[in-house]
Amino acid sequence: MESLIYNFFNLEVILKVRYLLWLGLQVTLKLSFLSLFLAILLGLVLAVLRHLRLPLLNALIIVYVDLFRALPTIVLFMLVYFAWPYIGIALPRYWAAVVSLTINGGAYFEEIFRAGIESIDKGQTEAARTLGLNFLQTMLSVILPQALRVVLAPATSNSLELIKTTVLASVIALPELMKQAEQAHGSMASPTPLVMAAIIFLVMLWPLVWLAGYLERKLAQ
Amino acid sequence: MNLRDLYYYFFNPKFFILTLPELLKGLLVTVEIAALSLAFGFLLGLVLAVVRVAIRHAGRRPILKVLNVPIVLYVDVLRAIPPLVTLVIVYYALPFISITIPRFWAAVLTFTVILSAFAEEIFRATIEAIDPGQIEAARSLGLSYLQSMASVVIPQAFKIALPPLTSRLIAVTKDVSLASVIGVADLLKKARAAQSLYANPTPLLSAALLFTLLFLPLVRLSMFLEKRLSD
Repeated sequence: MESLIYNFFNLEVILKVRYLLWLGLQVTLKLSFLSLFLAILLGLVLAVLRHLRLPLLNALIIVYVDLFRALPTIVLFMLVYFAWPYIGIALPRYWAAVVSLTINGGAYFEEIFRAGIESIDKGQTEAARTLGLNFLQTMLSVILPQALRVVLAPATSNSLELIKTTVLASVIALPELMKQAEQAHGSMASPTPLVMAAIIFLVMLWPLVWLAGYLERKLAQ
Repeated sequence: MNLRDLYYYFFNPKFFILTLPELLKGLLVTVEIAALSLAFGFLLGLVLAVVRVAIRHAGRRPILKVLNVPIVLYVDVLRAIPPLVTLVIVYYALPFISITIPRFWAAVLTFTVILSAFAEEIFRATIEAIDPGQIEAARSLGLSYLQSMASVVIPQAFKIALPPLTSRLIAVTKDVSLASVIGVADLLKKARAAQSLYANPTPLLSAALLFTLLFLPLVRLSMFLEKRLSD
């Protein structure tokens, strides 16, 4: 027990590394919010475009969605950061992470929004169009507000997954929370920083885990 | 960016063929970790779910409810912490308290516990969704609690659980590629090594292709199951 506290919850180490972890947390938060925003936007745009039912465009969207739902995200990070420079696209670490998370998250959000849009009765679109609204107006003021109910629970749980995925940026050495913790783990020769990082994620994401479960139960009724 | 660069660096047949045998060896390790974690995680999740439901069924004794707390904690913690963090803690932090696990098994253990947490949630929700009358009927026919669970409730719950379970299982199985971070010689690790060796990212693209070939049928399957159940 003493060894457990000394190694995992070492106060001296915590005091020494707290500023580094704070710096890392800031990067994690910035990365999470920007990628989440862009991924939701991308998913929403693609889902709406898919509703236009243009065969070629839909085929492209389906290939995109399937491909990035099948490809592990860490592989995507490595492709973007280590392979793209060979063909002249060299992104800084932060933007490589944003791009990877957006491409990956966009695929999942597209599926969620598509399911939401499809759950709305076709008659709604027809009625709105008959009233003289154009496609975009119909989407924005009739379909999407109703789809929100269906979308809310899976979108929350997917947002949670996206935020968890930001730690993969440590693999391309972006100094976010996980990377800072790993470095501190190395320099302090103590696993306390790793445990701290886990606790910070837990505190940050537990409410979201709970919220996702709550929404699922609530909206399933 | 021009097409010649794209061909030379991303789809170079020479490096593709040269590195493929090593990549396939790595793929085998990836599949092994995935299969073991799937099997163990699935079973552990089911057991935890049954225990949790059984505790609820025996709910009149409040002392039993306390037993639920560790399960809830286990499930929530593992769902909130990113898998990479869990993996790194299992491999790098546990040895400090004298628990040393080889890389391969550290990966299997990590993905097993994460999978079991998600599986427990899904199984519990579906077992609870089965009409309690089913258990009562089975019990009145003389089946024991465990028998009625195993032969009446779980088979029915399983059918509802399948689509969300498959899609979650695939998501977690994809995380198996994280094992390269703790140095397991899996597909991704082999691809990265080959990329550095030949200064050409073709192996990385090949690995992406192999991963996609591995998971695409599963992604399609889960979408198919989801669709079929909702019809």
